[in-house]
Amino acid sequence: MKSRLLITAALAAFLLAPCASFAADDTGGLASLRGKSISAPDVAGSDALRKAIETEPLDRDFTEQPPLVTHAVDEYPVTIAVNKCMDCHSWENARKEKATKVSVTHFNDANGKKLSTISSRRYFCLQCHVPQTDAKPLIANTYQRPAGTR
Amino acid sequence: MNDKKTHQTRRQRISLGIVVAFVVGIVFAAIFNVTLAWTNSEDFCLYCHEMKDNNYREYQNTVHYTNRSGVRAVCADCHVPKEFLPKMWRKLKASNELLHKFLGSIDTTEKFEAKRPELAQNEWRRMKANDSQECRNCHDANSFDFSRQGYRSANQHMEGLAAGQTCIDCHKGLAHKLPPIDQGIGNVVDPNAIPASVFRPAAPAKSE
Repeated sequence: MKSRLLITAALAAFLLAPCASFAADDTGGLASLRGKSISAPDVAGSDALRKAIETEPLDRDFTEQPPLVTHAVDEYPVTIAVNKCMDCHSWENARKEKATKVSVTHFNDANGKKLSTISSRRYFCLQCHVPQTDAKPLIANTYQRPAGTR
Repeated sequence: MNDKKTHQTRRQRISLGIVVAFVVGIVFAAIFNVTLAWTNSEDFCLYCHEMKDNNYREYQNTVHYTNRSGVRAVCADCHVPKEFLPKMWRKLKASNELLHKFLGSIDTTEKFEAKRPELAQNEWRRMKANDSQECRNCHDANSFDFSRQGYRSANQHMEGLAAGQTCIDCHKGLAHKLPPIDQGIGNVVDPNAIPASVFRPAAPAKSE
């Protein structure tokens, strides 16, 4: 009888031991994929990943390449009536919208004269700045970035 | 006896009158509803070439006309209120549109483009005044799943809604081409161009 009780107690202690260690957030030296214990508050979540995808500038493959567009542009008209890009990227709005502002080089006309607003030859943003899709190259190539920009 | 008979015929007449009024009422209500539904249909709007050649053509390129699930908004879904009294008021105001149809105010694309700033602002003002009710008839901000929206749009929605902005404050030119906007970037040649302060109104000041 006494030994049976002892065995039960030992078994209970053995089974409950992991629970106790979980409660104390002891991962036993193992690093979880989240990098945190289970009860720690979720600080970043998936937001950091989405932010990286949508707002980080994309790497350029050529030294003089115009910066790439990091978002979809199919709903944004650039017409004689309105330039939707400038709703966020103009000097006036960029800070408020947390967008990259249009380069000051775009204020020069064809003769190098500095204007107070965007030059008409730089008006059509999407001629140079292009959005990206997750498409695979049609033909494999061995192109590498210039050594200094890698 | 004669008196009793007169009394009876009067009674019969009254009950007959009630039945007739009832039937007429039903017929009238039916005609009223059918007419109302008909004047709200896309076909009705497209009877006029003004709509068919201008607004409708540009709207066909937008997400409210064609999209992956095929859910559609027709003209009246956005431009006619669903609630009875505002709907009647809008229908009454449409008599002015009939007048201008006969006057030929926008019977060419050139005339339509010249009027676009004014017409667009009429709609922006109307939707601003009713807190974008026609958008909210389908889109409920309480049902937004921000985790399934893009990072930028989720942030803009949360900030804008918290600041008391309404859909039309930002979402202009969704279903139709935008009129010329004076964005302060040197693009304006049109004297009718709409100032940026109207196109992108500032969020209302916090009342706290």
